[in-house]
Amino acid sequence: MNAPKSPSMRTPLARVRALGSSHSGTSDFWRQRLTAVAMTLLIVPVIVVVLMLLGSNQAGAKQIFSSVPIAIIMLLFILASAWHMKIGMQVVIEDYVHNEKIKLASVMANNFFCIAVALASIYAILKMSSGV
Amino acid sequence: MALSIVHRATGVALYFGTLLLAWWLIAAASGPGAYANVQAFTGSFIGKLIVFGYTWALMHHLLSGLRHLVWDLGYGFKANEREALTWGALIGGISLTILVWIIAYMTIGGGR
Repeated sequence: MNAPKSPSMRTPLARVRALGSSHSGTSDFWRQRLTAVAMTLLIVPVIVVVLMLLGSNQAGAKQIFSSVPIAIIMLLFILASAWHMKIGMQVVIEDYVHNEKIKLASVMANNFFCIAVALASIYAILKMSSGV
Repeated sequence: MALSIVHRATGVALYFGTLLLAWWLIAAASGPGAYANVQAFTGSFIGKLIVFGYTWALMHHLLSGLRHLVWDLGYGFKANEREALTWGALIGGISLTILVWIIAYMTIGGGR
């Protein structure tokens, strides 16, 4: 056993948790990969749906989203991509923005952007699929 | 090969490209008039160029990202393997983009 120099009840894990430039430990690393694999699994059906949509007018688009599996596939993809891009952009910000205040503002704006885009897309899909 | 910066750049492009995707979905949910506006834009030359660029960014980022997942799992670190993965992502990304657009033109005849 490697005893720490000063006696402490804290485990090594507790000491490194929430460290790193984003203060969120390794959870973002894991979620970035989780959402990446999710989108890799979803990409082929998503492209098929997009091609179907591109070939139709507005009434046809609504008709396509009235299919429950199609709506769910698109919702899953939007959720995964919004999460993925939020983490990715935060990494970019942390790499290039070194002024602490501008960095915080950028990270906040990034969160706003990703949540707004995701919620707008999800709302649109739910509206179409419920036929309102 | 300096492809990791391309992975990052395509990621940032896709990030802002989601605005187009969200606009399109909201328009589809709003009504025929709003949807016609989106179709007019995506059917224009500049619109097609953006959507083509978006398709490439997506395909490249996908394959380049799979390359990173292979490295995460601890494989593909030999010099020749790294080269193969990198060229595979580069050529594969361009090939898949062209393939998707060929399928788009064949199935809907517009490629919008």
